[in-house]
Amino acid sequence: MYLGRVIGTVVATRRYQDLDGYRFLVVQPLRHDLTPRGTAVVAVDAVQAGPGEVVFLVSSREASQALPEPFVPVDAAIVGIVDTVDLDGRGGGPDGRTQQDEPG
Amino acid sequence: MTLARVIGTVVSTVKHPDYRGLKLFVVQPVDENGRDSDASFLAVDVVQAGAGDLVLVISEGNGARQIFNKPILPIRSVVVGVVDEVHVDPGRVRPREVA
Repeated sequence: MYLGRVIGTVVATRRYQDLDGYRFLVVQPLRHDLTPRGTAVVAVDAVQAGPGEVVFLVSSREASQALPEPFVPVDAAIVGIVDTVDLDGRGGGPDGRTQQDEPG
Repeated sequence: MTLARVIGTVVSTVKHPDYRGLKLFVVQPVDENGRDSDASFLAVDVVQAGAGDLVLVISEGNGARQIFNKPILPIRSVVVGVVDEVHVDPGRVRPREVA
């Protein structure tokens, strides 16, 4: 399970029928300090995440288990919208500023 | 299973119902000598670990489903132990260290 930021959406009208009705978002995986890590992935949205939001995702078979219908063929699902990432008690807000970036 | 250090906590109010009430840690995998070994990831806690703890993490869905006793569960990584000590036989030469 890992952190990511929603950077876009994917529309695929011709698709496997079990994928109908789901929203697919482009997500940039993030390190715990909210810097980008690796390549963007496409994940099914299980929590109505919005553009730019920091989210957390589950991958593999457990991604399909985030959805109401069983055995939907997806391998990445957004399962939460992040309020903050507290690093050893130092807060890291979704806009990437950690406590030490606070002015003053 | 992975040895890892708890380096942070993820706070999230809007999330899948199966994550409600669970603490979600940021964990940094370490090798047997405690050195950072891989990218950090997230794991839910079931042993009341705390920031800075060295922990044991399982990252496999079946294990998570057994822990929570649920047939359907979108959780893969779970902190299943707080490590007191790690003993490694110093005599064993690890392949990657062979010059």
